[in-house]
Amino acid sequence: MSEASSHPATASWPNDGLTRVPYALYDDEAVYLRERERLFMGPTWNILGLECEVPNPGDYKTTFLGDVPVVLVRDRAGELKGFENRCAHRGALLCLERFGNAKAFTCVYHAWSYDHDGNLVGVAFQNGVKGEGGMPEGFRREEHGLRRLQIAMLSGLVFGSFDPGVAPLEDYLGAEIVMRIRRVLPRPVKVLGYYTQTLRNNWKLYAENVRDPYHASILHLFFTTFRLNRLSQKGGIIVDDSGGHHVSYSMLNNKLDNKSARNDGDKDYETAKLRADDDSIGLKEPALLGGRDEFGDGITLQILSVFPNLVIQQVRNSLVVRQIVPKGVDRTDVVWTNYGFTDDDDELAELRLMQSNFIGPAGYISMEDGAVGAFIQRALPGAGDDTSVVMMGGDGAVSQESRATETSVRGFWKAYRKVMAI
Amino acid sequence: MPPEAPDGVLISAQIGVVTGLLADYAACVDGDELERWPDFFTEQAHYRITTEFNHARGLPIGIIDARNRNMLKDRITALRKANIYEPQRYRHIISVVRVTGAEGSLIMAEAGFMVVRTMIDGSQDLFVSGRYLDSIDTSGARPRFAKKLVVLDSDKIDTLLAIPL
Repeated sequence: MSEASSHPATASWPNDGLTRVPYALYDDEAVYLRERERLFMGPTWNILGLECEVPNPGDYKTTFLGDVPVVLVRDRAGELKGFENRCAHRGALLCLERFGNAKAFTCVYHAWSYDHDGNLVGVAFQNGVKGEGGMPEGFRREEHGLRRLQIAMLSGLVFGSFDPGVAPLEDYLGAEIVMRIRRVLPRPVKVLGYYTQTLRNNWKLYAENVRDPYHASILHLFFTTFRLNRLSQKGGIIVDDSGGHHVSYSMLNNKLDNKSARNDGDKDYETAKLRADDDSIGLKEPALLGGRDEFGDGITLQILSVFPNLVIQQVRNSLVVRQIVPKGVDRTDVVWTNYGFTDDDDELAELRLMQSNFIGPAGYISMEDGAVGAFIQRALPGAGDDTSVVMMGGDGAVSQESRATETSVRGFWKAYRKVMAI
Repeated sequence: MPPEAPDGVLISAQIGVVTGLLADYAACVDGDELERWPDFFTEQAHYRITTEFNHARGLPIGIIDARNRNMLKDRITALRKANIYEPQRYRHIISVVRVTGAEGSLIMAEAGFMVVRTMIDGSQDLFVSGRYLDSIDTSGARPRFAKKLVVLDSDKIDTLLAIPL
């Protein structure tokens, strides 16, 4: 595997399985380049967006696969196509807008133009001017198309891969992850709002953070501060066979007693309302704690990750697709796409809006995640060949019921080591 | 469009009210007197932070959405007692004010702003720029925001947004 790589592995893996992670992986330029080549542009499926973002023929979206600029476009037949956003002539960005509609893509530099499939269909002055200049006889437009992506879809999500040998998407994900994705995307989707959070840390620190249920009640103090009890909730961690994908979920206790899931939410709401008047620590406005069991299974929180760059989040009725975009060894953009369904009623729309206060860069239970990766990044200079300790919940990377575990963090490294060959 | 006004004096009076309110508001936030912050709003005020991208497309979900003064109080309680973030300060630079309408005791106004964020190690960045789209209720003893829509020019937030804008 590794012999074909132009970027050798510099960090060696310690002899303690998945329970030790070398800090060098977070700030080594050679590792970053190797990730681009082997991991992002290798046999992985990367989230590119939602089908509903490009609903009509000619609609396109520019985004990133790893840190490589790419274009997602719907062709005349309604099929989704993807290609690298880089002109085959002199390498300029072909598409500059975030979203748009185009019959063809024409480079601003020398007007080389491409169809929705990435085929080169026009070269300005190909035959020269007045018989002078122009391309040589042997120039073949069909040899100068754009680099294409494999595209696959699931429940309205669109994934891309540069590797024609990548496994079929549903095999790549495994049955359990597919089921959990379908759970939060059961109906046609609409986008409710975007924002991007810039993290001053390596992308893997964020990928680990979303797979780490251990920190949730320790770093994020909102619920405990307002004395809203979350600790007794049932839930668990699912790690797929590859290790790279995970689901962390929790549900209301009384759902297990076959009572309505609504009741526990209402209990929080009532408790908060009682405290609001006479308690200096209580929430003054309990509306934030409302919620609807919209998927009918009592699960109020589900964080799902797909290796390498996708997170799908359900916090009650707040639904978000997060795309992780590396921006250099110590910079990461997280693109948050808040979504709902085309048939959302007014009450549900209002719940999603209200609960959006929990998440994102200003979110009550998520803002800390924006900073904690940078706390690690800034402490790296002295780390040398030291390693972090990932022993919570044992040394395996398998599904567990307890959330006092780092099993899904170990899973990430299991998948990472395989694709990186380190 | 500027409101119909009987004379220029009325508009300059409205601009004066808005300018004074924004100056006090910025001094409160930048001076870390956040316990006073909710009092700049009416009881049923709507405070929202979103982006130009979302705003232009009518996308409802932004970065913060608070529907009344109690939600603003809760945000400050959370900032002081629950949320973890590094010490940091803002410096608001607010543009001249444009009054865009008036209705009864409400003044509608727009102002551009920039916020420089200073971290405890001294590092400084232009954190955000954008515009305030405000509706100001002048019926009470002091003017208050009945609606404050904070529209950010950029989609990107560096690290986190803890202190309100």
